[in-house]
Amino acid sequence: MAFLDILHLEKSFGAQRVVKDFNLNIEKGEFISFLGPSGCGKTTVLRMVAGFETPTSGAICIDGRDVSGLAANRRNIGMVFQAYALFPNLTVEQNIGFGLRIKGEGKAAISARVGEMLELVGLPKLGERYPFQLSGGQQQRVALARALAIRPQVLLLDEPLSALDAKIRTSLREEIRRIQRELGITTIFVTHDQEEALSMSDRVVVMHQGIADQVGTPFEIYNRPATRFVAQFVGTLNLLDARLLDAAAGRVGLGDIPVALNRELPGRAGDRLSLALRPETVVLGRKDEGSVVLSGHIAEVHFLGSVIRIRVAVAGQFVSLDTFNQPDTPPPSVGTPVEVSISDRDLLVLAA
Amino acid sequence: MTERRLWSWLAVALGGLYFLLPLVGMFDFSMRMQRDGYSFEAYRVVLADPQFQQTFGYSVVLALLTIALGILIVVPTAYFVRLRFPGLRPIVEFLTLLPLVIPPIVIVFGYIRIYNTSSALPLTGSWWGTNLLLLFGYATLSLPYMYRSVDTGLRTIDIGSLTEAAQSLGAGWARILAVVILPNVFVSVLSGAFLTFAIVIGEYVFAALLNVGSFGPYMVWMGGNRAYEPSALAVVAFAITWACMGLIQLFTRFSKFSTVRR
Amino acid sequence: MTTSVASLPAAFKPRQVLSWLGVAPFFLFATLFLILPTLNIVLGAFRNAEGQVTLENLGKLLAPSIRSAFWISIELSLLTAVLGCLFGFLIAAAITLGGLPRPLRNAILTFSGVASNFAGVPLAFAFIATLGRLGFVTMLLRHWFGINLYGAGFNIVSFLGLALTYLYFQIPLMVLIITPALEGLRREWREAAESLGASGFQYWRLVALPVLWPSLLGTLALLFANAFGAVATAIALTGSSLSIAPIVLFAQIRGDVLNDPHLGYAIAFAMILLTAIANAIYILLRMRAERWVK
Repeated sequence: MAFLDILHLEKSFGAQRVVKDFNLNIEKGEFISFLGPSGCGKTTVLRMVAGFETPTSGAICIDGRDVSGLAANRRNIGMVFQAYALFPNLTVEQNIGFGLRIKGEGKAAISARVGEMLELVGLPKLGERYPFQLSGGQQQRVALARALAIRPQVLLLDEPLSALDAKIRTSLREEIRRIQRELGITTIFVTHDQEEALSMSDRVVVMHQGIADQVGTPFEIYNRPATRFVAQFVGTLNLLDARLLDAAAGRVGLGDIPVALNRELPGRAGDRLSLALRPETVVLGRKDEGSVVLSGHIAEVHFLGSVIRIRVAVAGQFVSLDTFNQPDTPPPSVGTPVEVSISDRDLLVLAA
Repeated sequence: MTERRLWSWLAVALGGLYFLLPLVGMFDFSMRMQRDGYSFEAYRVVLADPQFQQTFGYSVVLALLTIALGILIVVPTAYFVRLRFPGLRPIVEFLTLLPLVIPPIVIVFGYIRIYNTSSALPLTGSWWGTNLLLLFGYATLSLPYMYRSVDTGLRTIDIGSLTEAAQSLGAGWARILAVVILPNVFVSVLSGAFLTFAIVIGEYVFAALLNVGSFGPYMVWMGGNRAYEPSALAVVAFAITWACMGLIQLFTRFSKFSTVRR
Repeated sequence: MTTSVASLPAAFKPRQVLSWLGVAPFFLFATLFLILPTLNIVLGAFRNAEGQVTLENLGKLLAPSIRSAFWISIELSLLTAVLGCLFGFLIAAAITLGGLPRPLRNAILTFSGVASNFAGVPLAFAFIATLGRLGFVTMLLRHWFGINLYGAGFNIVSFLGLALTYLYFQIPLMVLIITPALEGLRREWREAAESLGASGFQYWRLVALPVLWPSLLGTLALLFANAFGAVATAIALTGSSLSIAPIVLFAQIRGDVLNDPHLGYAIAFAMILLTAIANAIYILLRMRAERWVK
């Protein structure tokens, strides 16, 4: 039994099933992200863990205890909202000390703890200020301090960085991770930004239409996507239409060109399928053996600065590849006939 | 959750009782003129009363003139303040809120002191003067509502671009205001107009102290001398207020569709 | 076309003058019919018949009848303001936070918009028709419940009756003003408080009411001013049997009593002072409330 178990969680609003049979086991101290587009159910699951929504069925257990029936104010959970939700009539110190005041702790204890928290989030001098006097990033840090002050079992963050500027987002992201590691607190982080999810998490749950499509480390999610949705949602992806030629030998046909994948494939000859590959696995030019080599010509060249994104027309379709900028070599021009090499292991087979 | 909903329904129900009973009572009483059961006798008497027709008609005309005056004063002001003199905004807004702060009885007292027969502008001395004074007084009372409505309406259209476009096509100010601006804030002007109408129709203090025979004093006189007719009058007045508010709602909803289509 | 474009810059200068002409009517109007009358009253309160500056007009305010008139007005305005705030708040809370269907909220807001303007003579008639000696509710209570209102001493033509009538436009005004403030209470605040262990009651005591109190107090002041200046309703309901300050002024102006214009000035000045202070309190508190909830 893990620290936080979510078992067969279901949520319907009227006739609409928003969360379908969601299962997850989270270890103590783990940082988990729920990643997915708007409406996929990630926030709903979070709110059920927090106690703001009641599950239609299923259970949530924290540290062995079933909290599904417990009211939100009895779960000892820290929550950080997208809109900061700081109490406007209280100072920063009073905000942070709010939970402790509710618990009935003494003034001295509260004061000490508040000071600790302010140090932790890097705002030692702002105790007397009111929320409307703080910037967005500062407010969110206060919100974090407020949630952590009560020593919660679990920390829940609902898209906390979405309302902030890009620069602040990146720096705050690192801070959150650092604090989480320091305190060793079990954390669930909801976001629609894959860069956040991939860079911060121990494991990522990719959600799609109420279901967890895949659960795994960032590396696994990115390099071995289990479903078409995960492959497309996380990172950029090339998708090529192909036909299965020989299942046992692992040969597919890309248009007229046979491609050997050198592994057994499911399905029968004649099946349509999709080949997925990341732009960074495609190499311009002819590489060493074991590679699939395709001939074509350059259709588009996009100079993005450090990266040059090239679209190559091959076998009647397009393949995007990324190469690094070389200061002495100008990028290739449109129309140049080229060959591209792909390792057979990097070609992922997905259902059509 | 459901306990909260129970209390809410209770609050609304009690409130509803308090607010609906007087309306019911007023309507019920107005129907009781004939001793034997309900009838519209009171209404028949009132509507046939020549004094009613005269005072009511008088108030209607007065209301329409007040609306016209209000539009003439407020629309150009709101327009120019928005376009050219944003610095004047606080002053103008303060002035338009004064009629809400200063009790109307004090304002009309001021009129009587300043514009009486021994002053430079002896308005109270003549029939024409008194009515003119009343007209300006009502325009003053409706100023806050008219200004707020028009200002809100102007906020939603880009008067800067519209003005420049019209000017580049050769239009002068009067034409711009009448042909370009006014039609576009028509709905807001209408809101202000209906509010003004509702205010002027039943107004009592100004009319009574300036000795004008409008609908307000007529109603009070009836209240002191008749039993059932006043309720009928109250129903009429209430119906008019409702109609005005209802029309405002109707026109605002109607305009939402037209702006969306644009 | 080029001629009109080229002539535009030159036309800008007279245009500036023309713009001033555009706002001039308003200022002329405001001066003649708003500022001057008010100034006349304010200054006249401090002048005697010879035109000298004096405080004796204000002294006349201390006469027992005048003092009691003001006192009754203040009592009436305070009572209807407090009750209007209380009941208006409960209704507004019911429709915004009470989990009631949205169409009901809109209907109640629309009705409040109408009811807040339904003051004056028709309102008085409606209450007489309802709670007068032969009123609808009076009869109903007698025939259905055996309760004799007037036998027990109740009378619609009284301080209490007038207060009851005033509430008809005070409560809707409160509902209209406080509903946006209540809707400004963000849902996340409540949830954040809950996640930190607070009960519903603690949330209200520590967060919601403190955030709302400037709006509540400010609207109380506004309702006070609103009731203080009302006179048509009172006249239509109680005639001149109830001496509230505006009715005393009314009688002075009409010359019903011994015509002493300077007493009239004093009363009018005192009224302006009270309503101006109340409105200033309202505006200040509203600015405070808006500052917090950016």
